[in-house]
Amino acid sequence: MKIHEYQAKEILARHKVPVPRGIVVEHRSEALKAAQEVGTSPVVVKAQIHAGGRGKGGGVKLAKTPQDAEKHAGEILGMTLVTPQTGPEGRLVKKVLIEEGMQIAKELYLGILLDRQTSRVLIMASEAGGMEIEEVAAKTPEKIIKETVDPIVGVHPFQARKLAFALNVNKEAMKGLVPLIMNLYTCFVREDCSLLEINPLVITTDDRVLCLDAKFDIDDNAMFRHKETQAFRDRGEEDPMEIDASNFHLNYIKLDGNIGCMVNGAGLAMATMDIIKLSGGEPANFLDVGGGANEEMIENGFRILLSDPHVKAIFINIFGGILRCDILARGVIAAVEKLHVKVPVVVRMEGTNMEEGHNILKNSGLNFIVGNGMKDAAQKVVKAIQ
Amino acid sequence: MSILVDEKTRLIVQGITGREGMFHAEQAIKYGTKVVGGVTPGKGGQSVLNVPVFDTVKDAAKKTRANATMIFVPPPFAADAILEAADAGIGLIVCITEGIPVADMVQVYRYLQTTNSRLIGPNCPGVISPGKCKIGIMPAHIHKPGNVGIISRSGTLTYEAVGQLTALGIGQSTCVGIGGDPIIGTRYIDLLQMFQKDRGTRAIIMIGEIGGTAEDEAAYFIKKNVTKPVVGFIAGQTAPPGRRMGHAGAIISGGQGTAQEKMKVMQKCGIKVVKSPADIGKTLAQAIQKK
Repeated sequence: MKIHEYQAKEILARHKVPVPRGIVVEHRSEALKAAQEVGTSPVVVKAQIHAGGRGKGGGVKLAKTPQDAEKHAGEILGMTLVTPQTGPEGRLVKKVLIEEGMQIAKELYLGILLDRQTSRVLIMASEAGGMEIEEVAAKTPEKIIKETVDPIVGVHPFQARKLAFALNVNKEAMKGLVPLIMNLYTCFVREDCSLLEINPLVITTDDRVLCLDAKFDIDDNAMFRHKETQAFRDRGEEDPMEIDASNFHLNYIKLDGNIGCMVNGAGLAMATMDIIKLSGGEPANFLDVGGGANEEMIENGFRILLSDPHVKAIFINIFGGILRCDILARGVIAAVEKLHVKVPVVVRMEGTNMEEGHNILKNSGLNFIVGNGMKDAAQKVVKAIQ
Repeated sequence: MSILVDEKTRLIVQGITGREGMFHAEQAIKYGTKVVGGVTPGKGGQSVLNVPVFDTVKDAAKKTRANATMIFVPPPFAADAILEAADAGIGLIVCITEGIPVADMVQVYRYLQTTNSRLIGPNCPGVISPGKCKIGIMPAHIHKPGNVGIISRSGTLTYEAVGQLTALGIGQSTCVGIGGDPIIGTRYIDLLQMFQKDRGTRAIIMIGEIGGTAEDEAAYFIKKNVTKPVVGFIAGQTAPPGRRMGHAGAIISGGQGTAQEKMKVMQKCGIKVVKSPADIGKTLAQAIQKK
């Protein structure tokens, strides 16, 4: 799960990780008071959306006076912000963060993530603050410093010191940076993050160390033990169809093509998208109905697929293991009848109770196209839309 | 022959009294797997499917001489179940559970390094040596005893490969689903090593996914150490970057771990990489004919 910058900073502050003073507002009318309360000149007005690259799209503005802050907040609130990460459709800005301005002496990068190679948590830092870490890794990999944490003992001050020394900060700033790194690690573990990025981490001219921006990715699998973080979920930032799907335990991701896919299992679902493309078509989505799909899930899967107006045909690819083909066939028929499906439906079924499934489809009186294997089915569905 | 599991495997099921656990324990018994017991804390002394249920894995191990366990415990408690099995000295731990928090797995992985237990999964379909032993949720009837080893990160895609082989009359020595999570107990390399040594395996199929670099590491290992023919496929050639496609592991970020990159490395290392998932069986058949 992703959260907003202001929420991330709230969590950081809870773990004693220093962040700038800031107030989040939803209306222009609250901005003046908020800027006065923050009290610095300038203040920074920052659009709160989940995508990065906000500055480039005009979503971050400096304001010398509270009146300026009010004016900028008025402009940013309600705008559709387009950044390199939002896609051309952009995101509607509903909240802005009004934050203290500061004199920055140095910008750093600090990130914590899971290192799959070692199956341990890795702390990563770089003097190239403000730059995308991927870019740093590609151009100047020697500028990235790494420390791996042994989960048995956790992070230790010597590791934080190693990082801090390598970042070439002065003595005064060291006093703030070492505990910041330690606390940030604690925050990563306690909050079940899969990624925690501070970019930039700034050192001010008066040697304060602060997280100017923060990006959290929280492990969805751990959400059951974070009731308070669940409240941070902003459904307005998510695709409504993906939310609809997740309500039925379906895993749906919208894509740009016109062939709707319904598959069981993530790997097979990706392979199905691949074979559609190899056959000359374009998948409209990724939809994994999982191993234990029932009739209701299949019906809802159909409904979600069809709510995408670009879908011109549907490709069902099921390798029945736990999910039996006869159950699938009944679910498909129920959905096609109930939803008055008009587009061609290609079904490829294999595995448990395959013959029974095929018989049910054949005897339904409905017009299904049956695929014999993945390749044949993919070719048939591509042909069906031509 | 086969790897990991065979006629000598004595299996217990953690979570045997749950709906899933009981169903798949029954399927395993029907297939001929020696299921010797189950574990559900608080239900010790009962009997399910004609096998005894114990309160702790330690009890079960002691009384049944089990050497393998299959875990169907819900995600919040699954890490604990794996640790309990390792602590009891169970040699092979197969964890089917999907959705275990990564932070839990960081701990589990580290603890397992201090033991002699091997973990398969989590979030995997399990292990099967056709005709001998089935531990997991795969549909048994699509398999056929033979000499092709399969290693895969994905469940149903493994079935797809197995189905294609069996349809061509080619059997399997052992099929292992290693799981789709970012942290898994057993990786490609461990199993490649076993398949290379196993005299009952003539060729290997390796099925990967986008995300991470496990397939690249495996490819370099194959180039150096594996003399048997290997056929490979990577799912997600058309996946958009940065999106999670069902498996937590399947995130492409920062240009690392795309299907194209992986396929290139695998090809360079001598693996027969297929572009289309429909060609896995066919390509393997050609590879063993040439040998």
